[in-house]
Amino acid sequence: MATLVSQSMRPRPHKPKLTTGKVVSAILRYGTLIIMALFFLLPFYLMVRNGLATEMDISSPQWSFFPGSLHFENITELFSDPDVPFVDGMINSTLVAVLQTTGQILVCMLAGYGLARIPYRWSNTIFYSVLLTLMIPFAVIFVPVYVIVSSFQWVNTLQGLVVPGIFSGFTTFLFRQFFLSFPHELEEAGRVDGLGYWGIFWRIVVPNSGGIISALSVITFIAAWNAFLWPLAVGQDSSAYTIQVVISAFMNSQNVNMHELFLSTAIAILPLVVIFFILQRFIVEGYKQSGLKG
Amino acid sequence: MYSEKKVEPMKSLSTPSQPEIISLRNDTKASRQRIKQQNRKAALVFWCFAGPLILGLTVFFYIPIIWAVVLSFANARATLTPTGFVGFQNYIDMFKDSAFTSSLGTFLLFALFIVPTTFAASLGMALLVNSVKKAQGFFRSVFFLPTACSYVLASAVWRMGIFSGTDSGLANTVLHLFHLNSFDWITTPTPPWFWLVLVTVRLWLQVGIYMIIFVAGLQEIPRELYEASYVDGAKKGWETFRAITFPLLRNASISVLLLNIIAAFQAFDEFYNIMFGGNLSLARPPLVYIYQVAMFNQDFGHGSAGALILTIIIIAFTLLQGRFLGFGKKD
Repeated sequence: MATLVSQSMRPRPHKPKLTTGKVVSAILRYGTLIIMALFFLLPFYLMVRNGLATEMDISSPQWSFFPGSLHFENITELFSDPDVPFVDGMINSTLVAVLQTTGQILVCMLAGYGLARIPYRWSNTIFYSVLLTLMIPFAVIFVPVYVIVSSFQWVNTLQGLVVPGIFSGFTTFLFRQFFLSFPHELEEAGRVDGLGYWGIFWRIVVPNSGGIISALSVITFIAAWNAFLWPLAVGQDSSAYTIQVVISAFMNSQNVNMHELFLSTAIAILPLVVIFFILQRFIVEGYKQSGLKG
Repeated sequence: MYSEKKVEPMKSLSTPSQPEIISLRNDTKASRQRIKQQNRKAALVFWCFAGPLILGLTVFFYIPIIWAVVLSFANARATLTPTGFVGFQNYIDMFKDSAFTSSLGTFLLFALFIVPTTFAASLGMALLVNSVKKAQGFFRSVFFLPTACSYVLASAVWRMGIFSGTDSGLANTVLHLFHLNSFDWITTPTPPWFWLVLVTVRLWLQVGIYMIIFVAGLQEIPRELYEASYVDGAKKGWETFRAITFPLLRNASISVLLLNIIAAFQAFDEFYNIMFGGNLSLARPPLVYIYQVAMFNQDFGHGSAGALILTIIIIAFTLLQGRFLGFGKKD
């Protein structure tokens, strides 16, 4: 510090000096952040608290943060409740999310590369027809899409849940933008080695696009897992319910079993929380690039 | 590769002897054929790459919209094919239908609540998170974590856990602390406190994404600008925020505003699940009403007309966004 003081004639904007004002402002800032963080975590806490409590604890007018003991037997109760197709819902959601993510990334990545790199006279026209689809969100045209899908007899089927969500103009657009800035030299090297477009794409481009593939996969997976309107319209029979529809039907039924409802929300979000903590970097990147999706 | 071949016949043009011209003709014919062949090959490869997407978009985007236009001019009750055309009657019915027009009003009211609160909260949180040095990542994660939650799950927690009308609800427990009586948050029409439920659930779910957009915007502002302004005597805080931070967040701000409006326009999940049953008439956004018309009443003529009206409104918003963000402009 002594040397610092001796040089203090020069302005040093980066060296912080602790003043009372700064300490107070830091305490205020961290205080606000901590209180807000607690509010943001509260709903997650409620899922677990009510999920592992008894019905009595939940409906008790004396609200307490840690009611009684934890009732892990609620888990077996939920999994074996014949009125709530919870396990089927989790299986359906897993299938839908995995298939839709794989399909969407594959289809849109291929199309994005084709639009970015392969010279074809109608390429621009086709690109504009893809851009046009960005203006209209899927949710707004769910009635017309439902009409088409039900004319295929796809209501209550896995393909009805999965296939219409695969073709995303948005994901294609983001892949195209990425491939446009992909280094030409790498692709040229592949061409010299005798690879065609197909070989260059799979051997050179895809292995070097891990970042964007992960980012878009993660946000597609989250959107597919959390989707509600389309699964509600197409999955009309309880065997075709995704977990979101199962929980919605459960909460809107006559006699709601509270601890099972909350436990089902806690378990339904668990896969996403795990994904969130492992892949948060990619999720942030994905949202930054897409602004907002789903 | 074939730019060299193109140059060759050009050279031979300068020495116009008869046989050479013939050979030139043959040459162009051959090279034209080669180009044609190459084009055909490129087209084939192109369709291998883009074909699946284009096919899918045709079947699940373009054909449905065209079909919806057809159905919107027709009678289609409990059937997917038109039974007699009725002109603009479906559209007229929809605009005369007070439930539909009031659903557009509900959207406007909802947007009026949700857009400013989300904007202010996400900007404030971005500034706050960006201003601290320690544990920045931790706070960003916590605020971002709700984006992993679905509207259905959040609706369950809000409706059954926080804002349930019973004494055991969390919000009512807070009221009891202030010696107020329990309140039926969702089913009471006046005062319309159900809006608090609907706005807070969406705020909690989406504010993290918008915060990330603002944080990204903040990190792009060059530090030198602040340092220069301090030299000019500006005070840290409101002055630099007004003069530097906010103007330079223009693009992020417009993105957040318009994405937010477009998202609010598609509101469905939380209204359907929180206001389920009789309470839906208190707050029913357009998509929920169209869902009821098409899926409950199986009236696809009116449902399609309603969907197309929404489509046109949302295109207007998107074009507005493009205009504000300067898409298609060169500078």
